[in-house]
Amino acid sequence: MATLTEAPPPLSPTAPTKKPPRKRGRLTPYWLLLPGLLWLFVFFALPMIYQASTSVQTGSLEEGYKVTWHLATYWDALSEYWPQFLRSVLYAGAATVLCLVLGYPLAYLIAFRAGRWRNLIMILVIAPFFTSFLIRTLAWKTILADGGPVVGALNTLHVLDVTSWLGWTAGDRVLATPLAVVCGLTYNFLPFMILPLYTSLERIDGRLHEAAGDLYARPVTTFRKVTFPLSMPGVVSGTLLTFIPAAGDYVNAELLGSTDTRMIGNVIQTQFLRVLDYPTAAALSFILMAAILFMVTLYIRRSGTEDLV
Amino acid sequence: MPLVNWLRRHFVVIAGLLTLAYLLLPNVVVTVFSFNKPKGRFNYQWQQFSTDAWKDPCGVSGLCGSLSLSLQIAVWATLGATVLGTMIAFALVRYRFRARGAVNSLIFLPMAMPEVVMAASLLTLFLNLGAQLGFWTILIAHIMFCLSFVVTAVKARVMSMDPRLEQAAQDLYAGPAQTFLRVTLPIAAPGIAAGALLAFALSFDDFIITNFNAGSTVTFPMFVWGSAQRGTPVQINVIGTAMFLIAVLFVLTSMVIGNRRNKQKA
Repeated sequence: MATLTEAPPPLSPTAPTKKPPRKRGRLTPYWLLLPGLLWLFVFFALPMIYQASTSVQTGSLEEGYKVTWHLATYWDALSEYWPQFLRSVLYAGAATVLCLVLGYPLAYLIAFRAGRWRNLIMILVIAPFFTSFLIRTLAWKTILADGGPVVGALNTLHVLDVTSWLGWTAGDRVLATPLAVVCGLTYNFLPFMILPLYTSLERIDGRLHEAAGDLYARPVTTFRKVTFPLSMPGVVSGTLLTFIPAAGDYVNAELLGSTDTRMIGNVIQTQFLRVLDYPTAAALSFILMAAILFMVTLYIRRSGTEDLV
Repeated sequence: MPLVNWLRRHFVVIAGLLTLAYLLLPNVVVTVFSFNKPKGRFNYQWQQFSTDAWKDPCGVSGLCGSLSLSLQIAVWATLGATVLGTMIAFALVRYRFRARGAVNSLIFLPMAMPEVVMAASLLTLFLNLGAQLGFWTILIAHIMFCLSFVVTAVKARVMSMDPRLEQAAQDLYAGPAQTFLRVTLPIAAPGIAAGALLAFALSFDDFIITNFNAGSTVTFPMFVWGSAQRGTPVQINVIGTAMFLIAVLFVLTSMVIGNRRNKQKA
């Protein structure tokens, strides 16, 4: 196939044929890495440092800010906004659990039961990605509308009585309540759960299921003892891919919630873009980052899966 | 008890299809409401069938401008992130060098960081530098957060490549450039394409990071966000529906082509 234009390199019996110029070879990876890493350093790592410095500054927009190591900003931010922090963790946690419960059967279906429908279902999981997620989130306003069919059905089944008693909904409304926000978060991040679950389920050898059946394991036992443990890498990366963005999200809380469902992302957004209180906003965003890194490390330690993604 | 038994036997299929329905329900609603003729400013209640919005998708001021801006940014961001990301992926898979672990974690961190944190910190940098917020700051931000995803996608493909194929090419006297263009790149192409597609989708759809770093520039997601407060025009549903259909068509065609190629090979 290849047309040879240049003469082949001379082969001397003493030098091994496969030895590229060692020095250039040693530098190649660094040249390959340089532009990308420089980009990440300047626009990802450096901003973090700037933000850290902003969080310990005092001053005002008019007079300018100075680094004064005023750590009280952190304390003030935490004591004022701890409800929003707590809410972020709770909502994101609830959405993650729901994503796992809803996503597992679908991932399982695609991996083992779909047969020739597999590709079509895969497309249907991924394709909604291409409709702007804001448009799809706004659609939930129509779906959960007051007096709409969904709310009507939940009302008839007396589900709303229970959820209102739990504080998830308010009266016969679903919109502007925690339930609506969690529903939106679950919806938005569900594909991030399904895809890693599918990847790890697909790797499981189907013969293991047969073997479990031959050993008289009932389907439920097979799932509990064989399938689920083997899908743990998918469960771990799926929960992380769902929980982390959900905890920082402010779109769902803004579009589907009310002032009572504000999450920490909403506060950071308001402080940064409307109140223009940069030190507080920077401190809040640092606390969020630290909290998430802490939880994630703890979770990875406990679940024992170190190789991610 | 036949019903209960039937449900039990098909539990996975039923539950899975219900989840699929949950995933697709908003798309159905978006499509249906693209044929609505709303009475007020808000398109949340069904009023009357009409194809007005489909006939005139650019009929709302600023909508198609924001759309074309988002497309431009997505194209450039995809290009930038794909080139930089592919280079990094090759370096990580093919070479052993010092600080490989550190590089891996620097790649992983942006994916493990809530978007709002990255958005806010990037804004502090731009504010400190006195940069003019707009097209360039959005592009910089998009290349930054798409990069890690491209690296991950390309890495997966390059890792499964057999390096002996390249050795074979070199044994047949192909130069380094020839080997790369004729052997390495074609084999890595599906991974690179997947990374590029992901970058495009991420960039086109990004709201949080763009919202922080756009200044007064309005991308398509920002237009949708703004319209949620002022009243959503039906045209937004039209564009949402069109995007969904284009994506499905695109994937179906690529699958058909892939199948045909596989058959030819076989």
